[in-house]
Amino acid sequence: MDKRTEMHRRERRRYVIGYGGSLLLTLAVFAIAYYFGIETKGVYLTIGLLGLAQLIVQLVYFLHIDRRRSSREDLDLVLFSTMVLLIIILGTVWILGNLAIRMHMHVM
Amino acid sequence: MRRAPSHSYPGLNLGEDHASAHKSSEVVTFGFWVFLMSDLVYFGLMFAIYITMIDAQAGGPGPHELFDLKSIFAQTLILLTSSLTVGLAMLALKYNLPRARIVLWFGVTLVLGISFLVLEIRDFMAMAEQGGIPQRSGFLSAFYGLVPLHGLHVAAGCLWLIVLGIQLRVMGMTDLVISRVMRLALFWHFLDLIWIGIITIVYFGGLTYG
Repeated sequence: MDKRTEMHRRERRRYVIGYGGSLLLTLAVFAIAYYFGIETKGVYLTIGLLGLAQLIVQLVYFLHIDRRRSSREDLDLVLFSTMVLLIIILGTVWILGNLAIRMHMHVM
Repeated sequence: MRRAPSHSYPGLNLGEDHASAHKSSEVVTFGFWVFLMSDLVYFGLMFAIYITMIDAQAGGPGPHELFDLKSIFAQTLILLTSSLTVGLAMLALKYNLPRARIVLWFGVTLVLGISFLVLEIRDFMAMAEQGGIPQRSGFLSAFYGLVPLHGLHVAAGCLWLIVLGIQLRVMGMTDLVISRVMRLALFWHFLDLIWIGIITIVYFGGLTYG
């Protein structure tokens, strides 16, 4: 019984840490947008990196994805989908951006 | 590095209290991850279209006129908090806490989900009033293809939550219901991940490059 209460507390702490971390990152992103304005690429790069950090925090603390606990096939599935996703997004942006430049449309 | 036993899966694993529910949901949980990942690819396509369409405003209203960051901020906090409450509900279920606790956390999640939708629909209506309708420009078509798609997912999640609440009442805590509740929690966390992409790429990206 005692061991279970201890485990419950530990698992609950994981969620609370994940929430606190995400909250902090969200506040940071909006604070940056508020104080610095969202005009320059440097500001956007910072916002993008903070967003990426929040994705990782939530994957680890909410969805419990890590190398220790997941079985191999499940992790393979997630990684493979991420690869497909990156090919789709980067490929689309690359090809259509290139097309826009050749068509002399001012894009990107 | 220690390899996990093959019967654990990404996401919260049910403990020894629900050993039979855990065993019976192994395969369906893996199947549900396959669905989530295909859904992710779908969202990825919509993101890609949006990125290529940011400049295609055709003289219509753009991000600076249409986006209301205060409302987006509120929606972000609401959705993030609901991701925590759905996790707490899962833990209450896992550790056999009194049913009132489980119902409480799921109830809070439902209320937060609905408030998120209300704020989002208000935003869309305000955008439409300023001429920001889907057929105005390629940029707006891409926007309305992506953000309401996420809203639709949240609405489906709310409906799912209500149905599971009824099932929990009628059928009790059977293995089947518990395993369905687990998949709902995965789905809900997944929607919060997509939302992070939306605020970063659609809203802040739109304001930077639009």
